[in-house]
Amino acid sequence: MELTAQAGSLSAITSAREVKEPGNRALGVGLEARGVHAWFGDKHVLSGVSLDFWPGTVTALIGPSGCGKSTFIRTLNRMHEFIPGAAMAGDVLLNGEDIYAPGVDVTKIRLKVGMVFQKPNPFPSMTIAENVLAGLKLAQLKSENKDDLLEECLERAGLWSEVKDRLNTHGGALSGGQQQRLCIARSLAVRPQVLLMDEPCSALDPGSTLRIEETISHLTSSVTIIIVTHNMQQAARVSDYTAFFLSDGGPGQMIEVGSTNEIFSRPKDKRTENYVTGRFG
Amino acid sequence: MSTVTAQIMPKPSKPWAASPLDRAKTGGIFLAAVLASFAVVASTPLKGKLAYILVFFAAYIMIDFASTFIKVGRQGAVDAVFRAVVTMAIAIAVTPIISILITVWLRGHKGLHIGLFTTDMRSTAYTDPINQGGLLHAIIGTFLLVFFAMIISVPIGILTAIYLTEIRGKFTRPISFLVQAMSGVPSIVAGLFIYAAILLPLTKKLNGIEGSLALAILMIPTVARMSEEVLKLIPSDLREAGVALGGTQWRSVAMVVVPAARSGLITAVILGIARVAGETAPLLLLTGGSGSKNYNMFKDSMGSLPNYIWQCFATGTPESITRAWAGILVLLVIVVVLFAAARTLGNRKVGKK
Repeated sequence: MELTAQAGSLSAITSAREVKEPGNRALGVGLEARGVHAWFGDKHVLSGVSLDFWPGTVTALIGPSGCGKSTFIRTLNRMHEFIPGAAMAGDVLLNGEDIYAPGVDVTKIRLKVGMVFQKPNPFPSMTIAENVLAGLKLAQLKSENKDDLLEECLERAGLWSEVKDRLNTHGGALSGGQQQRLCIARSLAVRPQVLLMDEPCSALDPGSTLRIEETISHLTSSVTIIIVTHNMQQAARVSDYTAFFLSDGGPGQMIEVGSTNEIFSRPKDKRTENYVTGRFG
Repeated sequence: MSTVTAQIMPKPSKPWAASPLDRAKTGGIFLAAVLASFAVVASTPLKGKLAYILVFFAAYIMIDFASTFIKVGRQGAVDAVFRAVVTMAIAIAVTPIISILITVWLRGHKGLHIGLFTTDMRSTAYTDPINQGGLLHAIIGTFLLVFFAMIISVPIGILTAIYLTEIRGKFTRPISFLVQAMSGVPSIVAGLFIYAAILLPLTKKLNGIEGSLALAILMIPTVARMSEEVLKLIPSDLREAGVALGGTQWRSVAMVVVPAARSGLITAVILGIARVAGETAPLLLLTGGSGSKNYNMFKDSMGSLPNYIWQCFATGTPESITRAWAGILVLLVIVVVLFAAARTLGNRKVGKK
C-alpha cells in the first residue's frame, strides 16, 4: 500500500539509528512529568501527560497544531507560568525533585532546563560573543575563562567556524539558521542538563534545518533534548523516542510514546498510525 | 561576430505615471478653480480671504469630480473626490504650523545677534534697544529647569512604563488610564499643585526646583506613555529568552528588554523634554523671572525663555516686542532641534550602535 510505503520510508530512517538505551547516569537521573495538566484561564489545554525523559536521549513531541506540545514543554522549565492566566496541575521531577515544590528557586530550574524558541531571538543589543555569554550575566554565574567557554559553545552549536572572525559584530547580521544556532550556543553556555526546543527549525530553510539537526545529534552526549516538531522526517532523523500528542477538540493528550522506530513503523494506536502515515494532520 | 540576435536593452519607464496631458489637465482644473473663486467673490456678497479659499476648495472638488466622472465613471470620480478632500485636510492642518514658523522667523530674526547668547539682562531694561543685553540667563535657566525636571521624571516615567508592560500587576489598567488622563493635565494645574503643596506651606519663596517639579509632573505622563508604547514593541520572545536563561525578571528587563528598546526610550525622553521646554504658566507661578544668571536651583527666582518672552510682551514697547520675538525664535529652534534629534534616534534600527 502506498501509505505503508510512506511509513516505511520513515521507519527506514529510524531503524538505521542505533537504539540508545535509557539511563546515561552521568547526566543525572533525568526529567519526569507526572500527570501534567495545563490551563489558560478556563481553557483546559493539556490533560494528564506522564512522560519520562532519559538522560542523553532525544525525545521528539509530534502532533497537530494546538494539541498542547508547546504548552507541555513550557511546563518542564516553568516557562508556562510566564503567560498571564496560566495554571497547571501534576508534578515535574528533575533529578527526582519536584520543580514546582514551594521554595524552589525558579531561576535555578531554568538554568538546568534550557530552552530554544521557535523564532531565532538573539538579543538585538548584544554582539555575537555577548549573546553567547548573556546567560552568565543574566544568571550572575562566574566563569574562569570566558573565551574558552565562548569557543566551546559556538563549536558545539556548529557555528564557530562561521563567526569566529566577527564575534564582536551584532547577531542581527547572521542568517536565520545561524541566528538559531547562536541561540543554541547561548543556551548551552549556562550548561543545562536538559534543552527544550520548541519547533526550532520551523522558521528555517532546509539547509539550515539540516545544520541544526547535526548540532542536535552532536549534543546528545552531554544534554538531554526534548524537541517539538511538525516535521516527521525530522523527528525520525534526530530522536530516540517519540511521543504523539492529539487533541480531539478538548484538552490535548499524549496518545502514545515509544522508541522512534516503534512509533513510525508499528504504532500501537490507530490515531498515531493515521498521523505518522500522513492520513491526517 | 555572433549570430545571436542583439539584445535590445529596454529603458526603464513608468507606464503608470501621469502623462504630460494628465498633468496639464490637473493644472487646468486647479486654474479653473482659482478663476471660479475670483469670479464668485467678485460677483456675490461673499467677501474676504476665507471666501476665496472656501470657493476654491468647493470649485476644485466639483470640477475634479465632473472631469473624472466623464473620463472613468462614478467610482473613479468618488475616489478622486476623496483624494482631493484628504489633500485639502492636510493643507488646512499644515497651514497654521507653517504660518507660525514663517511669522516667528520674520519677526524674530531682526532681533538675533551674538550678544543674545553671551550677555544677560542684569543691567539692561526690556525697553532698551535689542543690541543691548541678551538671553543667556534665560537659556541657562530653561536648561537647568528642564534638566532637573528630566532627572525627576525620567526614572519615574520609565519605571512606570516597565510596571505597565513588564510587571503587569493588578493595577496595570487603572494606572494606564491615569497616565493617559494625566497627559491632558493643563500646565497651570500642575503649577498650582506645587504652589499649594510646597511653595505655600514649606518654602514660601520662588525658586527653580519648584518650577522643575511642576514641569516633571507634566513630563512624567509623556515619558511613561511613549516608553510604554516602545516597550510593547519588544517581542515577548526576547523577554522569555532572558528568563529561560536563568535570569530573574529584573535582570532580564535590565539586560535585554531595556537595551533593545534603548533608542525608543531616548526618543520618549526627548519628546518629554520638548513637551515642557516651552511651558510658561507653572514657571510664572513658582520660579518667577530674573534678569541675571542664577545657577542655584534652591534659592531665588530664576530666568527662563518662556518667562523672558512673557515679560517682554507684557512690557509692550516696540523694542521689548522685538526682544520677545527673538526669544520665541530661540525657544522654537531649541524645541525643533530636540524633535529632530528624537526622530533621528527613533528611526535608528535596533542593534546598530
